[in-house]
Amino acid sequence: MNEWIQAILNVFTNPTFYKSTLTQSTPLILAAMGGVFSETTGVTNIALEGIMLMGAFGGVMGSYFTGNPWYGLALGTFFGLAMAALHAWASIKYGADQIISGTALILLAQGITGFALVELFGQPGSTDLVRSIPLVDLGSFKDVPFFGPIFGNLSPFVYMAFASVIFGWILIYKTKLGLRMRSVGNNPEAADTLGINVYNVRYFGVIMSGLFAALGGAYLSIGELGQFTTNMTNGRGFIALAAMIIGNWNPVGAMSASLLFGAATAFNNQLQSQSILNLSTNTQYIFGMIPYIITLIVVAGFIGKSRAPSADGIPYIKE
Amino acid sequence: MNVKKYLLNEKVIISLLSVLISLVIAAIVMIVIGKNPLVAYAALFYGAFGTKEAIIDNLMKASPLILTGLAVGFGFRAGLFNIGANGQVIIGALLSAYVGTLVGSYPFFLSIPLVMIAGMLGGAAWAAIAGWLKAYRGAHEVITTIMLNYVATFIANYVVNGPFQAPGGVPKSPSIAYSAQFPNIMSVGATSLSTIIFVSLAAIVVIYVIIQRTTIGYEVKAVGFNPYAAEYGGISIGKNVVLAMAISGALAGLAGTTQVVGVYGRYFGALGGSMGFDGITIALIGQNDPIGIALAAFLISSIRTGSNQMQIAGVPKDLVVIIQGIIIFLVAANRIIKTIRIRRRKEAEA
Repeated sequence: MNEWIQAILNVFTNPTFYKSTLTQSTPLILAAMGGVFSETTGVTNIALEGIMLMGAFGGVMGSYFTGNPWYGLALGTFFGLAMAALHAWASIKYGADQIISGTALILLAQGITGFALVELFGQPGSTDLVRSIPLVDLGSFKDVPFFGPIFGNLSPFVYMAFASVIFGWILIYKTKLGLRMRSVGNNPEAADTLGINVYNVRYFGVIMSGLFAALGGAYLSIGELGQFTTNMTNGRGFIALAAMIIGNWNPVGAMSASLLFGAATAFNNQLQSQSILNLSTNTQYIFGMIPYIITLIVVAGFIGKSRAPSADGIPYIKE
Repeated sequence: MNVKKYLLNEKVIISLLSVLISLVIAAIVMIVIGKNPLVAYAALFYGAFGTKEAIIDNLMKASPLILTGLAVGFGFRAGLFNIGANGQVIIGALLSAYVGTLVGSYPFFLSIPLVMIAGMLGGAAWAAIAGWLKAYRGAHEVITTIMLNYVATFIANYVVNGPFQAPGGVPKSPSIAYSAQFPNIMSVGATSLSTIIFVSLAAIVVIYVIIQRTTIGYEVKAVGFNPYAAEYGGISIGKNVVLAMAISGALAGLAGTTQVVGVYGRYFGALGGSMGFDGITIALIGQNDPIGIALAAFLISSIRTGSNQMQIAGVPKDLVVIIQGIIIFLVAANRIIKTIRIRRRKEAEA
């Protein structure tokens, strides 16, 4: 028992845990923000997982061919936008079942990345190592005790994630466009009567979700690692959806929930590596399932209650 | 049944066109990477039907896919999207394998039903968690079943790397008792045709009867069609959501059982594979109809079996996943196909 208390204390007093919380949360925050944008306008987007995967692959592909990771980021984003556009086209113009369309896009993303991986890099599993986006070096700040190791050398994606929250919150709650997004998501008929183009606003929401989710995916591949591996998103798109739900479809709420998930994962990883616990390798599987179980508990509403936009997931067919 | 009416049904046409369009798009992809699609499709066809081994392999792949297809299709009937067949396959297989190691002293007519019941109960219980969370906690079954897939995978990894581990090589469980294994019909080389195929065929009939001829089927369909009207008519939504998920999960669990008792003789490696997602494609192509699902399962198993040969011909077999993605997309957005058809009809009239 004592060694567990000691191990937990070790984790919480080590700056690595806090830095890891930030880096684990980053892709979740970005993808959750994508979910917020799409669902605020009334289109469910479970394809986040697939969009992230395409963003991750595009990032590596662009960086591989140009040697410049920023072009990789651009290509990853483009792939994500294209996927989101497909989802928007099917679900807005053709009133497709959004859940099934999303599932199709997840499969499509797995197929395309798997196919292209073999075709471009000659073997399944993982790509070559490519250049990743350089970290933001805060110079002498790194030497500040405790905070230096946390913030001194973070990926620009981390800053991007928090910037996206501020951007999203201002856009959705403080601008005319945001008001339109919310009205289209809650009552498309009324919005239509007031002269708002329901379809265009929904296209905007879904396509923005492609942008954010692709950034989240790109972080996984060219954020630090510099490599793409098969299905590297590993359910993060779904965890981001859960974060959006507990966050009550609100950017700040979604960010807080993402941070919670990030912290849980970071804690998990750090605790396992505490040598005083002397864990057998097999326990990694027990630890591994914890974030998914937390997600289950959370979507079941055992922690707080939240409410989706009224018209979320319902196609709008103009009379 | 009126065959002509059945074949010209709008839904059937949408399924067939979705498959056709996806194969054409895949052919375009092959042309883009500089491969001849005719050669690749010929290789695929040969890989699926060209030899006796291929046909046996194909049938053995189709057997569990019929079951996962029926599982997802039954969920759709109740208005539920069971995206978690994979997890239910895994839990069902694990329980079957566990029970299978205990029944060594029993005769086959006891041990075989016991392992099958274990697998069905395992899958049903795993799916019922999602059903309960949906019915009484309002959690969307897509997210919960996906999460349960991950949890099931971790549980299986833990178990076959620890308490229920057989030594050496790939993570696997100890082998099950001989009396619990299904006999083979025939063997060609290293491939065997197991009697598990009859389990799948029986399941088609059972599900057909449940849907068309029983109160359970009627209530589940009513809830799927219009939950509020069903409730007004005295049918409990909550009870039927849990029940429908449990039946769906039992079918997926049984798919796991067939792999344990008819293919590996134990729980073996990543046994779930892509059966769950294949089940979604199959249920959608089969339009949730048991016979349609059986045919669609055979289509998908043929593509999967042939894809190895296609890969040898130079086309990565992940193309199969792309094809499935396009099919699902087109069935989901079936108005795309309807619009094209209406436009063509108008042009023909003009």
